[in-house]
Amino acid sequence: YLGGAFDVESLVENLLGQLAGNQAILVNVYDVTNSSDHLIMYGHQNQDGDLALLHESKLDFGDPFRKHTMICRYHQKAPTSWTALTTAFLFFVICLLVGYILYGAAIHIVKVEDDFHEMQELKVRAEAADVAKSQFLATVSHEIRTPMNGILGMLALLLDTDLSSTQRDYAQTAQVCGKALITLINEVLDRAKIEAGKLEMETVPFDLRSILDDVLSLFSEKSRNKGVELAVFVSDKVPEMVMGDPGRFRQIITNLVGNSVKFTERGHIFVKVHLAENLKPMAEAKAETFLNGGSDEGVLVSSAHQFKTLSGYEAADERNSWDSFKYLVADEESQYNALINMPLAGETSQNVTLMVSVEDTGIGIPLIAQDRVFMPFMQADSSTSRNYGGTGIGLSITKCLVELMGGHISFVSRPQVGSTFSFTAAFGRCKKASFSDTKKSNTEDLPSSFQGLKAIVVDGKPVRAAVTRYHLKRLGMLVEVGSSVKMAASACGKNGSSCGTKNQPDIILVEKDSWLSGEDGGLSLGMLDRKQNGHVFKLPKMILLATNITNAELEKAKAAGFSDTTIMKPVRASMVAACLQQVLGIGKKRQAGKDMLNGSLVLRSLLYGKKILVVDDNMVNRRVAAGALKKFGAAVECADSGKAALKLLQIPHYFDACFMDIQMPEMDGFEATRRIRKMESQANEQINGGSIDEESARKGKWHVPILAMTADVIHATYDECLKCGMDGYVSKPFEEENLYQAVAKFFKAKPMSEL
Amino acid sequence: MDFVNQLQRKFIDYSSSLHREGIVDDQFTQLRKLEDENSPHFVMEVASLFFEDCEKLINNMAIALEQKQGVDFKQIEECIHQLKGSSSSIGAMRVKNACIAFRSFSGAQNREGCLRCLQQLSHEYSLLKNKLQTLFRVSVASRCLYVCLVIFCRGNEHAEPFPDVLVFQLEKQIVAAGGSIPRVH
Repeated sequence: YLGGAFDVESLVENLLGQLAGNQAILVNVYDVTNSSDHLIMYGHQNQDGDLALLHESKLDFGDPFRKHTMICRYHQKAPTSWTALTTAFLFFVICLLVGYILYGAAIHIVKVEDDFHEMQELKVRAEAADVAKSQFLATVSHEIRTPMNGILGMLALLLDTDLSSTQRDYAQTAQVCGKALITLINEVLDRAKIEAGKLEMETVPFDLRSILDDVLSLFSEKSRNKGVELAVFVSDKVPEMVMGDPGRFRQIITNLVGNSVKFTERGHIFVKVHLAENLKPMAEAKAETFLNGGSDEGVLVSSAHQFKTLSGYEAADERNSWDSFKYLVADEESQYNALINMPLAGETSQNVTLMVSVEDTGIGIPLIAQDRVFMPFMQADSSTSRNYGGTGIGLSITKCLVELMGGHISFVSRPQVGSTFSFTAAFGRCKKASFSDTKKSNTEDLPSSFQGLKAIVVDGKPVRAAVTRYHLKRLGMLVEVGSSVKMAASACGKNGSSCGTKNQPDIILVEKDSWLSGEDGGLSLGMLDRKQNGHVFKLPKMILLATNITNAELEKAKAAGFSDTTIMKPVRASMVAACLQQVLGIGKKRQAGKDMLNGSLVLRSLLYGKKILVVDDNMVNRRVAAGALKKFGAAVECADSGKAALKLLQIPHYFDACFMDIQMPEMDGFEATRRIRKMESQANEQINGGSIDEESARKGKWHVPILAMTADVIHATYDECLKCGMDGYVSKPFEEENLYQAVAKFFKAKPMSEL
Repeated sequence: MDFVNQLQRKFIDYSSSLHREGIVDDQFTQLRKLEDENSPHFVMEVASLFFEDCEKLINNMAIALEQKQGVDFKQIEECIHQLKGSSSSIGAMRVKNACIAFRSFSGAQNREGCLRCLQQLSHEYSLLKNKLQTLFRVSVASRCLYVCLVIFCRGNEHAEPFPDVLVFQLEKQIVAAGGSIPRVH
């Protein structure tokens, strides 16, 4: 408690003002000793100030009898703090925003997941739909095929009957449509199979050359009618048998050649097969020829328009023209000869890659359409289908097949000149063991009776001559090529005079075009030969090669000394063989061994009507043996064990013979035979010792011929068989000769009239 | 007649492929020749008998080889002998060869070798069964077709009298393809 001269109030006010900043603070000090009556000690009485914020604190002046408090308050109410509010508000807003973002993100994720699940489901459904579509397509196509084949069959039968010309026309149109439909269905099915990835390639050994021959023979008539020359050439280095899928390979070749035949009206279609490795030296050689400015052979090029291709017409791809082709052939020849003595290096590799090219001189493919060629259902022009037929699916299937064979297909085409399609394919090499097995049952065996025959081929066009030469070489003949009749004649004469008959060719094959064009040399070769020198030596036979031949031309040829048979193109080794057989009179060797018909007739005469018992524990063997014997007219009964046989052979019985299997469980053949013989000897004793009945006397001894059936004829113990009472043995399964020999011992042959 | 030719060719191709691959040999051809009007389904019947027999024997051998106490090689040899016999009767060359290989292992009492051979045998058998069943299907199809054609041709009263010569041609083609002609009444 300070009194004094100080103006404490203003001092305090100043101090408070300093302390409170801008706010005025009111202080009141009260004496609260008497709690009901507050005595104001300091401060204004009337000023209330902001009673909301009040601070009361005790004061201790050191006076034990009195209590004092001090109450502080703001003079003015505190204004509402805008910062705090704004901050709080903004913070709230920010929180809201962040919350919203997070919520949005979560919603988005949920949505994406939902979409994903939906997509998965849709994907599954789409795939199922796709599969279902393929299956449906396949099933429907298959179902369509069956009645379609029925329709075609009926039409074929109908066309074989007598029809008026309108009726025939209608029926033929229907047939053409039907066939087109079938082809389409097959192609669609193929595509479906390829898409489903179900197309499997088999790997079996097959002969390339015979497949090419087959395909060529399919198209030979059509191409001949069109006047288009068809030829195939397979290089020597291509192995005889390769491992691959023959059906698919045939399909590819058929498609390509079929296309060529469809779109070619003149010129040629040339199929060439050689090893893919040989391409490199060929490309270099080609460059060489161009540098040198033309070949230096004695090739007759009568006009500037003659190209050195198969038929003389220009081809799209120069690779098949003579300039490069001859290098290929010559290259292969020299390599081949050199390699005969050396072990073939290529043999060590497992695969052989072949390059096949199909060249034609047709209308070609327009440049704009060239990149769409392998797309399914694409044809060069909308009118192609109408004019030429087809659906445009063949090449796409071919491409897929080629790629499945591990190859690549490409083409070169010039409009109005022609197209050349080439593809590579990988095949496996045939191992020696399987080679010898399959060689036995080859469907087309070329006769070997022409080995070593000498022939001269006269053809103005070298590529074509090379093709003919290839086919003749397949028959084992030695071939020389001459480009004109005169050359061939001089070759003949020269050889004849100097070396006698040793180098004389046996046949001369002349291409019809060359013969007709070189008319002056058309005097028969025979006349020429006779004129050369006085020696009489064997004249070589002359045969004409032609794509098509008119009767007039044929007469002219016959008059000039050619033989009656002409070899029709496309040249096929088998056709050539048949022709040569006719001309040269070399017949096919007769098949060694018995002719089936004769053998079975003889056996039939022995076994007809005889009652035979077949004993074998194996049902399959019984059936087969019974079937075979029934074929020869025997009446067969079967028993499945030795015991059953014994029962059936109880005296008396009516069996004429018994075929008994040796190895049977319980009672084997030997034991059964022994018991049967014992039975018989007992019965015979009875007959002989007993009554002298006329009937039984006539019957004589009971002895049914028993033959053992054994799979192991070589090691069959004949002694063992005889010891137990058998009469012989036959092989199991039956071999006719063996059977005949065994059976002929007991049965007499019935005369043929009784059979 | 073109598609009949195709059918015939397919049949010949397929059956010659069987020969080429060594699945059947000459004996099978002989069996085919035994089919005629009196036994038109001979080959199929014999083949089904063979399949039954073969499956039974293979099963028995499998069971025998699994015996823990000791493998009864004698039983196995008997089974092999049976199988060899029936497969050579029907002309199943590869099955027969598999049996021959099997026999040497069972003779040597080599369990591992026997198991391998049994597997090989099963494989050859399945292959044969597959191929033969396909072959039969083709031949049955051609026969059904023939029957339908005959019924159609002979039953068609409105058409001109159908030359029987054509029907005989068709018969010849089917027989040449290795089938046989069912009797149609």
